[in-house]
Amino acid sequence: MSGDDRSAKVYALHLAVLAVLFALNFVLPAYYHGLMARIMVLAVFAMGYNVLFGYAGLLSLGHAMFFAAGMYGTGLTIVHFGFSVPLAFVSGIACGAVLAFVIGLLALRTSGVAFMIVTMMFAQVFALSLIYFAGWTGGDQGLVIPQPARILNLGAAFDLTDPTVRYMAALALFAAALFATLALVRSRHGRVLVAIRENEERTKMLGYDTFANKLAAVTASGTISAAAGAAFALLFGYVGANFAGVQYSILPLLWVLLGGAATTLGPLLGTLVMYVVTDTASSFTSAWLLIVGVVLILLVLFFPKGILGTLRARWLGWLP
Amino acid sequence: MIGPLPMDPLLVTKGLTRRFGGLKAVDGVDFTLMPGEIRAVIGPNGAGKTTFVSMVCGRVLPSAGMILFDGGDITDMPPHSRVRQGIAYTFQITSVFPNLSVYDNVALPVQRTLTDGRSRGAIHTGVLTALEKVGLADRAAMQAGQLAYGHQRLLEVAMGLALKPRLLILDEPTQGLSDAEIEDFVRLVRTVAEDATVLLIEHNMPLVMQLADRITVFDAGRVLAEGTPEQIRSDAAVQAAYLGTGAGEAA
Repeated sequence: MSGDDRSAKVYALHLAVLAVLFALNFVLPAYYHGLMARIMVLAVFAMGYNVLFGYAGLLSLGHAMFFAAGMYGTGLTIVHFGFSVPLAFVSGIACGAVLAFVIGLLALRTSGVAFMIVTMMFAQVFALSLIYFAGWTGGDQGLVIPQPARILNLGAAFDLTDPTVRYMAALALFAAALFATLALVRSRHGRVLVAIRENEERTKMLGYDTFANKLAAVTASGTISAAAGAAFALLFGYVGANFAGVQYSILPLLWVLLGGAATTLGPLLGTLVMYVVTDTASSFTSAWLLIVGVVLILLVLFFPKGILGTLRARWLGWLP
Repeated sequence: MIGPLPMDPLLVTKGLTRRFGGLKAVDGVDFTLMPGEIRAVIGPNGAGKTTFVSMVCGRVLPSAGMILFDGGDITDMPPHSRVRQGIAYTFQITSVFPNLSVYDNVALPVQRTLTDGRSRGAIHTGVLTALEKVGLADRAAMQAGQLAYGHQRLLEVAMGLALKPRLLILDEPTQGLSDAEIEDFVRLVRTVAEDATVLLIEHNMPLVMQLADRITVFDAGRVLAEGTPEQIRSDAAVQAAYLGTGAGEAA
């Protein structure tokens, strides 16, 4: 195995993707510039989902709660406690990490379909709680984070409402999450997660505590998803209960399936393609959901491994 | 056993029992395995051999009785902890990771045993050593699922070896192997037995007679007989229950 050669290729590809995203900042028209920032943040959500679904093989239908935990952990601490941007961001991530750990402890007692249902139920409880405690959370109206609270002071002041700053902040988060997942999936822990996905019983008989490994995967996955939610609150200034709804649990699954499960760049590609298809379809018909549905059905029929998964299976075996 | 034992046994089971509904698959088995031994477990289909070793490695929990490994009680220990204690199990039905490379299949057990080594170098060396032992080093980059069946069985053994076990349980390892492959396999087990105790479930009687130090015969969930290959060959009860009269062709 020419491991070094392969590593070089992998890093070159990932850096090239980041370079393209950086360059897009200077060429995209205003509307697409804002959309791209949003896509990068949501791609981080999808990357978090991919750690659990793609690599560890656990299908959660409750990831909206981790995204929303990050979002509300950030938004509520700003609105109610006057936290600064970095502190609010960290508390959002911490909320997601703790929630993911606890949910993992409970939900991992099940597997397969039961795991899907249990995670979905927990997410529903979470979403309904957000609406129930409307005095704090703004209920289904949500909360708007005022512009002065979205200024990041790091010596110099960065106004996260400024399009370029927002784009670069989204890119920085995306790059961090990309290299974090790349490091994870190339690590020994990543190899164990794939083994669990392929054959959990066998992995146990190789001496691995599969429960502990899955719990670590749920926690890592929830934490990355929460980072996306926290960034979303800061960059787009809105915290809303719709982000905790079942739709936002299914979207990252679709993005990952579309781009390619268990590929590091699949989540970005899937999120991007889905937005492009949605955007294009909705520009000429109000039945855009129908078109999105047809695209998804075609995808599952002809590219069940997703775009990058298919490329990897056919031509690019070295893709991580 | 007569007289004092020269060493402490590696594995002891006392009254080990497993019921499936009304059926007693394993019924009150007392079993002792000494370190360094190659022990074969034989018996007709449904005699409880696989259930017995599954309880030893923790895949099946006993209904009654206890299991001692190296003097410690492991009856309620989860399987992954037993592996860490040094009990490795290779599956009867080949159970490699078909979608992973041969290399990754072996890297999994190797990295498990490395307590200090975060280094990729240590994993790499361990993987190649294990693959060379079974003669699969040149196929490291292949997908495990694309290996020939005999090679998948060898990979399975390599994964067991890579765990550096004190007790290696082989559940029908030669099933589906050609005669030439079986010869290689016998050599391999002899090498393994230099460092580890081997517990072997096997139907191939000539192989068992050739390889085992002692043989335990199971029948209907109980131990019917135990002894050296010569003793077992001449045991009337065994002949009646299993071997048939005369030569061993049971499989």
